[in-house]
Amino acid sequence: MDKLKSVSFKELDAIEIGAAILGTGGGGNPYIGKLRCREELKQGNKINVIPLNELDDNALVVSLGGIGAPVVGIEKMEEGQECLRAMRALEQEFNCKIDALISSEIGGSNSMEPMLTAAQADIPVVDGDGMGRAFPEMQMCTWSIYGHKSAPAAMADEKGNVLVIKDTVDEIWVERLARSGVVTMGAAAGIAMAPMKGSFVKKYAIPHTITQALSLGRSVINANKENKNPIDAVLAHENGKLLMTGKIVDLERHLKGGFAVGQIVLEGFGDYQNDKGTIDLQNEFLVFCRNDKMEVCVPDLIVVLDSETGFPIGTELLRYGQRIAVLGLPCHNLLRSSRALDVIGPKAFGYHDLEYKPM
Amino acid sequence: MYRIGIDVGGTNTDAVVMQNEKVLLGVKNPTTEDVMTGVINSLKEVIEKTEISKDEISSVMIGTTHFTNAVVERQRLSQTAAVRLCLPAAQCLPPMVDWPEDIKSSVGGKFWMAKGGNEFDGREISSIDEDELLEIAEAIGRENIESVAICSVFSPVNDEMEKKALSILQTKLPNADFTLSSEIGRLGILERENAAIMNASLRNLGKKTVDAFGQALKTLGVACPYFITQNDGTLMGADFAKSYPVLTFASGPTNSMRGASFLTGEQNAIVVDVGGTSTDVGALIKGFPRPASTSVDVGGVRTNFRMPDVYSIALGGGSIVKKDQSVSVGPKSVGFNIHTDAMIFGGSTITTTDIAVGLGIADIGDAEKARALGNEMLTSTKEKIDMMITDAVERMRVSSESIPVLAVGGGSILIPEKVGDLPVVKPENFAVANAVGAAIGQISGEVDRIFSLADKSRDQVLAEAKDEATQKAISAGAKADTIEILDQEDVPLAYLPGNATRVRLKVVGDLDG
Repeated sequence: MDKLKSVSFKELDAIEIGAAILGTGGGGNPYIGKLRCREELKQGNKINVIPLNELDDNALVVSLGGIGAPVVGIEKMEEGQECLRAMRALEQEFNCKIDALISSEIGGSNSMEPMLTAAQADIPVVDGDGMGRAFPEMQMCTWSIYGHKSAPAAMADEKGNVLVIKDTVDEIWVERLARSGVVTMGAAAGIAMAPMKGSFVKKYAIPHTITQALSLGRSVINANKENKNPIDAVLAHENGKLLMTGKIVDLERHLKGGFAVGQIVLEGFGDYQNDKGTIDLQNEFLVFCRNDKMEVCVPDLIVVLDSETGFPIGTELLRYGQRIAVLGLPCHNLLRSSRALDVIGPKAFGYHDLEYKPM
Repeated sequence: MYRIGIDVGGTNTDAVVMQNEKVLLGVKNPTTEDVMTGVINSLKEVIEKTEISKDEISSVMIGTTHFTNAVVERQRLSQTAAVRLCLPAAQCLPPMVDWPEDIKSSVGGKFWMAKGGNEFDGREISSIDEDELLEIAEAIGRENIESVAICSVFSPVNDEMEKKALSILQTKLPNADFTLSSEIGRLGILERENAAIMNASLRNLGKKTVDAFGQALKTLGVACPYFITQNDGTLMGADFAKSYPVLTFASGPTNSMRGASFLTGEQNAIVVDVGGTSTDVGALIKGFPRPASTSVDVGGVRTNFRMPDVYSIALGGGSIVKKDQSVSVGPKSVGFNIHTDAMIFGGSTITTTDIAVGLGIADIGDAEKARALGNEMLTSTKEKIDMMITDAVERMRVSSESIPVLAVGGGSILIPEKVGDLPVVKPENFAVANAVGAAIGQISGEVDRIFSLADKSRDQVLAEAKDEATQKAISAGAKADTIEILDQEDVPLAYLPGNATRVRLKVVGDLDG
C-alpha cells in the first residue's frame, strides 16, 4: 500500500475496525472517536498523516490521547478540545511549538484522539504509535520503555481544568498520579506527554500503524462484501495464526486494582472440536491456553473476532454463548526486547511462571 | 377466565384464546392497511368460534410491528426537539449526529444542549440553569414542536436532572409530550438519546394506535384491560405503551420464541420460525430469547435496546425455487400470493411449499402437480432447504448439548425431522406461536447502573439491585410472589481505582390478575 498522506471520510470506517482489532479486546471503542474525526472533517479541518521517515530529526512530537474508563467515555463524551488544551499546556510549559502528534496506542479509541487533535491544531499526525496494540497502563509504551521521560505531562478535563505533572521519580508515577487525577476529573480526560525528538520517535515508534489499521479494517470489510472468510483475511494481513474457533461456555470478570480482570473459557468447534481454550484478560487479552497449556501471551496480540463477520469483540461485550474466533498476531520486535518484556511481558502482569515465547 | 393474544404482523394478524395453560383456538386473518380492521376480524372470529363470554376475558395482549415499521418507512413521525443536559461535557458530538439524513429530517433534526448532567459517581458536571432551559422552551415553542426528548449525562445512574428539566420546560410547553432517556435506555449516551428521540417522535402515533386498539375492543364489547408486548417478551399497560412506543421494537420475533417455549414446555432451545418469505432463528435461554450483545440498528439508527439475537435467512413457505446448474431457493418469494402462484394451487411458480407437498411432507393443494417436478428435483431442493436451516441453527447454537429445535410459523412444514444431531419439536398450534407468545407475556423490572463498592460487598450491591428491580416490576403490575431474576450481570469498571461496578439485573413476574 502507498504511504498514507491524509485521512478522509472513507478511511475512517476501516481504521475504526482495524484499531478495534489491534485493541486486543481493550483500548476503548473507537466509534465515538470516528464520529468526532468526521465532525472535524465536516468543518473543513484536515487530518494530515506524516510517514515516520519524513519526520524531521529535530521535530517535536507529542504522544497524547484520552485517559479514563471506557464506559465513562461512551456516556460522558468529551467537550471536544481536552487533548488540544493539554497539548497547549505543554507548549507553555516547554515554551515550544509542537510539530506533530502521535498516538500512544493504536488499539482502540486512542487511535482516533491524536488524529482529531491534529486536525484541530493543524499539524500532522505521525503514522505510528507507542504500542502497536493496546495495553492497560501508560508506561507500557515504547517511549517509556526506551527511556523517554513522560513528565512534564499535562491533563485537561471538559470543565477547563488543566493539571501539569511537573516531575516524577519514574514512569510508573506518571501513570499513578494521572490515574488519581482523572478520577477526580470524572474518569475522562485528555493527556499529553512531554515532547519527543523526531529522531527518537523514528527509532522507537511502532511504524506505520495507522496505515496498518486502515488496511486491516479494509480487508475485513472487503471480505464481508465479497462473501470471503474475514478471519482468513485478518490472518493473511497480519501474518497471524488461528488459535481456535469456539463458543464461550464460561465468563468471569471481576475487579482487581481498578482493572477488569477475568477469564473466558471456550469450547472448541469445527477443527477444534475437542479443545478447551481459556483466555485471561486484564482490560486486554493477556494469555491464551489450549487444554491448560499456554500458547500465546503478551506482548503478542490475542484477538477475539465474531466467527462469522470477523468484527472484533471487546472484553466488555463478551457474552456467554458467543461464537468466536481466537487469533494470535505477532507483535513488533520493539516489544520483544528484554527491556520491553520487563514492562509488558507475562511477568509484568503477574504471570511469574510464564516465559514469553515469540509466536 | 380467558386470555386473548393478538399478533399484528406485516402479512397476518393472528389471534388466540387461552384458558390457563391451554390454547383453545388460533386464527389468522390478513393484516389490513388500517391495522384495526384486521384486529377486529381476528378477535371477532376467535370469540365467535370459541363461544366464550366477553365478560370472561381477563386481558388482551397485543404484539405489533407498527412502530418499527413507522421508523423503517420514515412515516408518521412527529417533529421532535432533543434537549441534552451535558455542558460543558459532550459537546463534541451533537444529538442525532449519526442518523441517516432522511430520518433526521423526518423528525426535524432540532436540538439544544444545556448545562447539567452527572459524573459517574453522582457528582454534578454542572448545575441546571433554569433561565437557560426557559429560553430553550421558548425556542421549542416558536418552532411549534410538541414532542421533546430530554437526555442527561449519566441519567441511568441519577435521573434527577432530567426530571428537573422536565418540570422547567413544562411551564412554557404545557401541551408538549416529554420523553426522558433514563426511562428508556441504558448507559451509552448516543444510543440512549437516539432511543429517546425516536420514542418522542412516535408518541403521537403511539397514542393513536393504542387508542385504536382500545376502540377495536370496545367495538366488540370487550371491556377488560389490554397490554402491548415489549421486545423482551414482557408486557406494558396501554397507558405505558402510549408513552413508550419504542419499547415494542422487535417484539415480533420475541413473541414467537416465547410462544414456542410455552407450547413445547422447553426452556432452552433453538427456535426456528418459518414465515412466508423469511425464517427467523433465535435461541431460548430459560424461556426467554437470548439478547443481542452488540448495538442494534433500527431503521439505520443505533440503539442499545434489549433486542433478541435473531438470525434471519431468506427462506419461507413462499420462497421461489429455481434450477439451473444447481438448485437455488429464494431470496425472492411469492409472499401472500402463494394461493394463486404456487404449482399446487394451479400457478406456474415453483415454491418451497410445492417441494414439501411433492415429497408428501405436507398435504395441501394438488399434490400431483408437485410430484410432476420429478424425484431428483424434489430431493435435491429438500437437501438445499435442510442445509440452509441446519446452517442457521448451527449459528445460533450455544453449546454441544443436545437441545431441541422448536419449529413454528406458517411455513414450518419445511423443517426436517432432525436438524443436524438436534431433535425437532413441532407443537400443536405452531402457526400462531407469536400470538401465544403475546398472550403469555410477563411483567419485568430492570436496573442498569453503576454501584460503588467502597463500603458495600458485591452481594449487598446485587441484593440492592434486585430489590430495586422487584419494586419496579411490582409497580408495573407483577404479582410479588412470582418474581424471579431473569438476568444478572455485573461488569467492573476498568481503569478506576475506586471500586465501582456496573450492574444489569432484570426480574420478571406473572401479571397480577
